[in-house]
Amino acid sequence: MRFVDFFNALLEGKVIGQKCLDCGSYTCPPKATCDNCASRNLEAVELSGKGVIRTFTTTYVAPSGYTEEAPYTVAMVELDEGPWIVGRIDLPNEEIERLGQDLIGARVSVYGKEFPTEPFYPDKKRRVVPMFKVEGLR
Amino acid sequence: MRDVAVLGVGMTKFGKHPDKSLVDLFAEAFFEAFEESNIELKDIQALYYGNFVGEMTDGSGNLSGFMADEIGLRGIPAIRYEGACASSSVAFREAARAVAAGYYDIVAVGGSERLYTAGTEIGTRALATAVDGVYEITAGLTFPGVFALAARLYAKTYEIPLEELREMMAMVSVKNHKYGAINPKAQFYGKLGDLKVEDVLNSRMISSPLTLLDCCPMTDGGSAAIIAAADIAEDLVDTPVYVRGTGQSSAGGLFRQKEDIIRAIPRKKAAEMAFKEAKMTPKDIDFVEIHDCFTIAEIIATEAMGFFEYGQGCYAVRDGVTSIDGDLPVNPDGGLIGKGHPVGATGVSQVYSVVKQLRGEFKENPVKNAETGMTDTLGGDFGTLVNIILSIHRR
Repeated sequence: MRFVDFFNALLEGKVIGQKCLDCGSYTCPPKATCDNCASRNLEAVELSGKGVIRTFTTTYVAPSGYTEEAPYTVAMVELDEGPWIVGRIDLPNEEIERLGQDLIGARVSVYGKEFPTEPFYPDKKRRVVPMFKVEGLR
Repeated sequence: MRDVAVLGVGMTKFGKHPDKSLVDLFAEAFFEAFEESNIELKDIQALYYGNFVGEMTDGSGNLSGFMADEIGLRGIPAIRYEGACASSSVAFREAARAVAAGYYDIVAVGGSERLYTAGTEIGTRALATAVDGVYEITAGLTFPGVFALAARLYAKTYEIPLEELREMMAMVSVKNHKYGAINPKAQFYGKLGDLKVEDVLNSRMISSPLTLLDCCPMTDGGSAAIIAAADIAEDLVDTPVYVRGTGQSSAGGLFRQKEDIIRAIPRKKAAEMAFKEAKMTPKDIDFVEIHDCFTIAEIIATEAMGFFEYGQGCYAVRDGVTSIDGDLPVNPDGGLIGKGHPVGATGVSQVYSVVKQLRGEFKENPVKNAETGMTDTLGGDFGTLVNIILSIHRR
């Protein structure tokens, strides 16, 4: 599976990964070998697209190519099938500051959002960011 | 394998050097090391040079040949090593292994980098080339961001209120700035030596919960060392410092390491490899120069290297265990936070500080009765990890 396949699927609202036919575990984003046992006996599958926030940070000082988007909140989400992915939380900054550490453990659903690419990004046409929509906010 | 020793070390003052090129910085550090090594230029058989982002900061690649030619070593094998912030530690380890294997007798090693002069935007983007270039950078993950993710996960996992952890992280910055302020080679020499915890907590937010003073600065600088087979070194210098053990390990992106990002497994592996080679345990180490690119990074490092239990490193800082008069002085040269972090030069600058301490030449902040010291250099989000154990005792 190519890296663009993962992002193209995200834009269609799907999170795709691989199921290992040897050990049964899931790998996402895609990889040449199973993230658990290094087997190459992998099958492309659609994952639930749901998970929980395990950690996050709001970035105020962004690198060249990303400054227009700051501040933005990067998070690591553990998908229900086990893999972790990096993306952004789609809440306003003030809301994220108010919630603080309480955001850890919040359930999210994953979708893709398109941003302009930058000179050093591998996809020269567009840059897709996994976005995390927080469910059941009080 | 033969025993290996350091003959001489050198480093430029760390800070802002808009008037010195990557070549100028390396050459300045090299000749300081050369002058104390009691050898002739023709004795040096190879150059191991570390640089991370010369292409982005200076538009310059293929650097090792230019370095060798500049210092009068035209024609010798010259190799550039790139392992992000651990570049020159990788170079040092490969150089030591080549000498140990008997392939070379005397080699030069070092690094240079110019991040301060490059400016914050280019510098931040250049450093961010060390995160996963497809799946992490797309979200705009930065290096402060990586360790901010780790800080929040650390607080959650070990059930420490975030504000309490932030205070203990701030103590790392206070300590390292105190030591950096008295190190004449440090970027913050004479500055920030009397920081308070509140100053760190209240400085500008960079990537929550890390503030500006939780972060090491952008730095220009160079470093160098000359190493030789121990039998040769003993004939050349009064106090050879022996390379007792080295270790190296690797990892993929943060999302592949999952909750292990607060346990730094590659560092655990690299440190264990170094201890095994040195036939030592953490108890044999008198002090360490650790990769404190961010305050939380120093805490995680002391745990992963085996000095403290997981989740306890923050209390060691709070209780003064890692201060100069504590049981395990950490970063007596100011670390990356106080001394500065010219990425590709950092690893060998840690070797510089350890060698000076072991020779009793680190007058500004001496570690009492230091006989064995250790370096720890982290490249990327744990993608490249190197540990080096140095001692005044051969075996």
